[in-house]
Amino acid sequence: MKRTSLFIFMNNLLMALLCGFFLYPLIYTIAMSLSSAKAILEGRVYLLPVDPTLEAYKMLFKDKSIMNAFLFTARLTLFGVFSSVSMTVLMAYPLSKQGLKGRNIILRCIVATMYFSGGLIPTYLLVKRLGLTNTMGALILPSVIDTFLLIITISYFRELPVEIEESAKLDGCSNINYLIRFAIPLSVAVIATLVIFYAVAYWNTFFSALIYMQSPNKYTLQIKLYQVLNVFSDAMLNQANTEAISRVVPENLKGATVTLTVLPILVVYPAMQRYFIKGVTLGALKG
Amino acid sequence: MKRKTEADLYLMLIPGITFYFIFKYIPLYGILMAFKDYNFMIGVFKSPWVGLDVFKEVFRDSEFWRALTNTIRLNVLSLCITFPLPILFALLLNEINNEVYKKTIQSISYLPHFISWVILYGLILSFTAKETGLINVFLRKIGAKEIAFLGNEFWWTVVYILSGIWKDMGWAAIIYLAALSTIDPALYEAASIDGANRLHKMWYITLPGIKGTIVVILILQIGKIMTIGFEQPYLLGNALVARVSTVLSTFIYERGLLQAQFSFTTAVGLIQSIVNFVFLLGADYVARFLGEKGIFMRDVK
Repeated sequence: MKRTSLFIFMNNLLMALLCGFFLYPLIYTIAMSLSSAKAILEGRVYLLPVDPTLEAYKMLFKDKSIMNAFLFTARLTLFGVFSSVSMTVLMAYPLSKQGLKGRNIILRCIVATMYFSGGLIPTYLLVKRLGLTNTMGALILPSVIDTFLLIITISYFRELPVEIEESAKLDGCSNINYLIRFAIPLSVAVIATLVIFYAVAYWNTFFSALIYMQSPNKYTLQIKLYQVLNVFSDAMLNQANTEAISRVVPENLKGATVTLTVLPILVVYPAMQRYFIKGVTLGALKG
Repeated sequence: MKRKTEADLYLMLIPGITFYFIFKYIPLYGILMAFKDYNFMIGVFKSPWVGLDVFKEVFRDSEFWRALTNTIRLNVLSLCITFPLPILFALLLNEINNEVYKKTIQSISYLPHFISWVILYGLILSFTAKETGLINVFLRKIGAKEIAFLGNEFWWTVVYILSGIWKDMGWAAIIYLAALSTIDPALYEAASIDGANRLHKMWYITLPGIKGTIVVILILQIGKIMTIGFEQPYLLGNALVARVSTVLSTFIYERGLLQAQFSFTTAVGLIQSIVNFVFLLGADYVARFLGEKGIFMRDVK
């Protein structure tokens, strides 16, 4: 008995420490972004903001290129999620029909793409040939359907009760009609999963923006953040007036940009995590 | 009547199939570049065949070998260090009886998975920067020497592995937790009656219960021995540690896209896929030899 309770205590403690390990970097960086330059330089920031100030954020919101990247990424996320979710649902529904002729061949051809691909260079040249370079299309189209999510959606549609479909069909309901009026409303959980995963993917777009986007007004927020982290903050500070320099150091500017980028994810995370676990485990066990 | 109802199903498939055809199957044709002296002006089809010349060139390139060994080294390290942790985490989490506490830990552990590598790079910088990074501030305070975490080959590897754990340990545990929930609770009750303690139960019931899942994940990991994400090594890497941070994905990016060596890097990509496939088959064979189901037994449903 005594040994068991010791184990439980140690285990609970270990888990609490792990949570700290996962959360602390975020908390610390947010605290940095809100602390005064002096406190940062003196190394007094550990957990909470010291001498709280919004200077870094003011500077951030004044910077046109960052705000531009923010808005571009928001638009990309919106268009991207819309195209990806509708394409995925549209393809998953017919493929969930066991009796559909040619279904197995199509499924095999799709699953096969998870194991082989043409690789980076052929894909890049194709996107270039199609004239998509430097357009939002280059960030959406080449990966508009995620095969893993497609398979999850197919298995979800397969679980829908057949009775509703049969009676709807008897009333002369077409497949498209049935999909819109019954299947989609019955599939809120899986569609929410799709929205979440695609939204996070688009919001985090870095690599495809790095290779396909040339003009600075089409940089995604992640690209912008990368620049700020590496070189940009010094240049930004030089542009700002001398008075601001004493109040902002690269560290809180970097912290503020990180916070701005991560904030949308942190905000929607509590709402989204209700959905994704079920979706993912369903796909993982069946896929 | 029946025919008409199926026609609209096929109609719905058109956009998706078009996508897979254009963006997944057409690039396969581009693999031919690896056997040709590709000229962008005349296209893949008209470019002259050169047999295996491109491959010979790749194998003579010392930078290729370095990227290859770095990729394998980082993946093997991850396999040894990062792979067992989610299993351990899932086992310990499973021992927690308070549902609310358990759910909270789970939620927090998944969060990093949704955070991009660029953000994570920002977090890493705020801890490891020379002047103001928290760890170095602390080291200075206790009178120790500062460490250039991202500029030293040993510490770079430590940061690489640790950041991988931070980002995906909780996420990777999901699948084991799902497998754990399918174990019949009656088994535990029976074991308790027989006098088994926690450790016995873990060893004789829980672990065998998730063995199949562990093997499948392990095979898939081994099958990716030559694949490495681009963002993590690219973002963390820099000139000071290029000797250990250049991996195949960053090598292909630099040579292929920045220096436009299309045939060369397509060949590198092809070598990568072939080695992966061989390892996948090998791991699957070993798993089946040991009496597990392996992965190719599972069919597309």
